[in-house]
Amino acid sequence: MATTEHTEEHQEPTRRDFLYIATGAVGAVGVAGLAWPFIDQMNPDASAQAMASVEVDVSSMNVGDSITIMWRGKPVFIRRRTDAEVEAAKETPVADLPDPLARNPNIGSDEPATDANRAAVDREPWLVMIGICTHLGCVPLGQQGAFGGWFCPCHGSTYDTAGRIRSGPAPANLDIPPYTFASDTTIVVG
Amino acid sequence: MAGHGTSNYQPKNKVVRWVDSRLPIFSLMNEQAIVFPTPKNLNYLWTFGAILSFMLATMMISGIVLAMHYAANTELAFDRVEHIMRDVNFGWLIRYIHAVGASMFFFAVYMHIARGLYYGSYKAPREILWMLGVVILILMMATGFMGYVLPWGQMSFWGATVITNLFSAIPLVGPSIVEWLWGGFAVDNATLNRFFSLHYLLPFVIAGVVVLHIWALHEVGNNNPTGVSVKSSKDTVPFHPYLTMKDFFALVCFMVLYAYFVFYIPNYLGHPDNYIEADPLVTPAHIVPEWYLLPFYAMLRAIPSKLGGVVVMFSSLLILFVVPWLDTSKVRSAKYRPMFKIAFWVFVISCIALGWLGSQPAEGVYVMLARFFTFYYFAFFLILMPLLGIIETPKPVPNSIAESVLARHHGSTATVGSGEGRPDAAPAAPKKD
Ligand code: HEM
Ligand code: FES
Repeated sequence: MATTEHTEEHQEPTRRDFLYIATGAVGAVGVAGLAWPFIDQMNPDASAQAMASVEVDVSSMNVGDSITIMWRGKPVFIRRRTDAEVEAAKETPVADLPDPLARNPNIGSDEPATDANRAAVDREPWLVMIGICTHLGCVPLGQQGAFGGWFCPCHGSTYDTAGRIRSGPAPANLDIPPYTFASDTTIVVG
Repeated sequence: MAGHGTSNYQPKNKVVRWVDSRLPIFSLMNEQAIVFPTPKNLNYLWTFGAILSFMLATMMISGIVLAMHYAANTELAFDRVEHIMRDVNFGWLIRYIHAVGASMFFFAVYMHIARGLYYGSYKAPREILWMLGVVILILMMATGFMGYVLPWGQMSFWGATVITNLFSAIPLVGPSIVEWLWGGFAVDNATLNRFFSLHYLLPFVIAGVVVLHIWALHEVGNNNPTGVSVKSSKDTVPFHPYLTMKDFFALVCFMVLYAYFVFYIPNYLGHPDNYIEADPLVTPAHIVPEWYLLPFYAMLRAIPSKLGGVVVMFSSLLILFVVPWLDTSKVRSAKYRPMFKIAFWVFVISCIALGWLGSQPAEGVYVMLARFFTFYYFAFFLILMPLLGIIETPKPVPNSIAESVLARHHGSTATVGSGEGRPDAAPAAPKKD
């Protein structure tokens, strides 16, 4: 037995070679298949995934007021901007912006970062943004910094009055969450 | 591991002999920790290995005890740590042993690494030994970082946020990786829970790599201050009692320093903001990691692009893996390398400067300085190491360790090598001068 096998080794693939490779392949698929649940369990779970939406009553907000709410564990800034802030944002040419995209999922992904595209639809004074610096995730401070918008204390990124990145290490404008005005005084985020 | 030819180990005790012939654990101990030949000229910088082993054990023991009283839940964690501090018997002591211990551990590991760089301990045949050390360093950093998150203070939370967000710089998959690390859409309970699980696990992984590290060490033997390889038994002394006692003495001195921190200034190296409970809505004015990560943090912030900063920061660690191949000099020890010696000390100063800059706000002159020292950090490895090996003329290297020891003693006293133990009780070492 041993001798015949020995001579066969250098010739045609044997049934044993086939079984060997097939077993190995099945084993590899099995390991990969089993590894996936162990990797995927770390992803956000069903309870975190549940896109709970938050209803916010903004009836008491005056011009120049800001509030911060929590949505999906993240702070969301809601600001009713002053006319001067809106004007300042409108006057800034999009070409001057480090990040030319509006990053507003409510209007589509490739829109330019004009003030109208950043603000609430047809309600330009209203600005709703995720309050997380696009650099490394700190919460920027409102109405501070060289552009009168937001300033991130962590590594010094400054955002303008439309939440667009103007200087510092952050690569992108502040993100905008999906939201709608359910009425004149109610915003639904999510 | 049966049949270690070199030692004729014959346990006197019958039971020991019986066990040893079935599981040669006593032979192994004898060979690796008693008679193991070590260069006779090792200085106190060589005691940090023993100190590091002690620190790993200390961290595991104190950590396992803390885990008995801690709860990895965002609602509870902060209060549970205060409960350890106030209610648990000696909880304050055990927590300070653990918290200060992390700093002492890193202090020791940085000394250990600097020793290796200065004396060229990374060069052949110790490349794998060195690389295993780099693996340990990276695992220690991950462990320390995740441990710091557990008390769930403001620095815990915001440190975790900033560091995990580093991965968002990776093109395309970055944001998904970050959510995978968090188990949510922000640092939250899922994150704290898994960090605790991994913080418990990683020290045991470190212990495993330490075993490999020591295995590799005992295969090739210690380097020494001359960098000259051991040539004969005249160059060495047995590990016990010479090195055990020296290590022990150094350890006691180290423990005095450690105890001073634990009992007198336990919070000196910590950040007061970590005694404020985590608040996802308020970022502290000034986020800083623990001191032992500051140089890397300074490099991250020195680069004006998000991806660039992250790449530079990780490269600063990964570059250590290739150091054995970057250094082109045949001479190991900086003692005989006048130019490398200067480059080395400037490198040390750069690391300390980066550490200080990492604690300063990232603006103005601080950023410029951080860029300068970051440049030197990389230039040391990528330019100076390859170049100096070619252009520098090393000083004459002694023929052997024994010769260098004798030469040193000859200058000062007539009784050559009197203080040096000789394992084989060799008759007076040959005087060559
Ligand atoms: C490589 C070894 C280790 C290092 C470098 C390390 C580091 C740290 C650090 C820096 C902290 C934060 C201390 C503070 O500011 O309060 C910490 C906390 C903690 N560690 Fe470790 N640790 C290690 C091993 C372990 C082990 C083996 C366990 C066992 C489970 C453990 C359990 C804990 C617990 C429960 C806490 C939270 C309590 C507290 O914050 O005082 N650690 N660790
Ligand atoms: S996190 Fe905002 S600038 Fe770095």
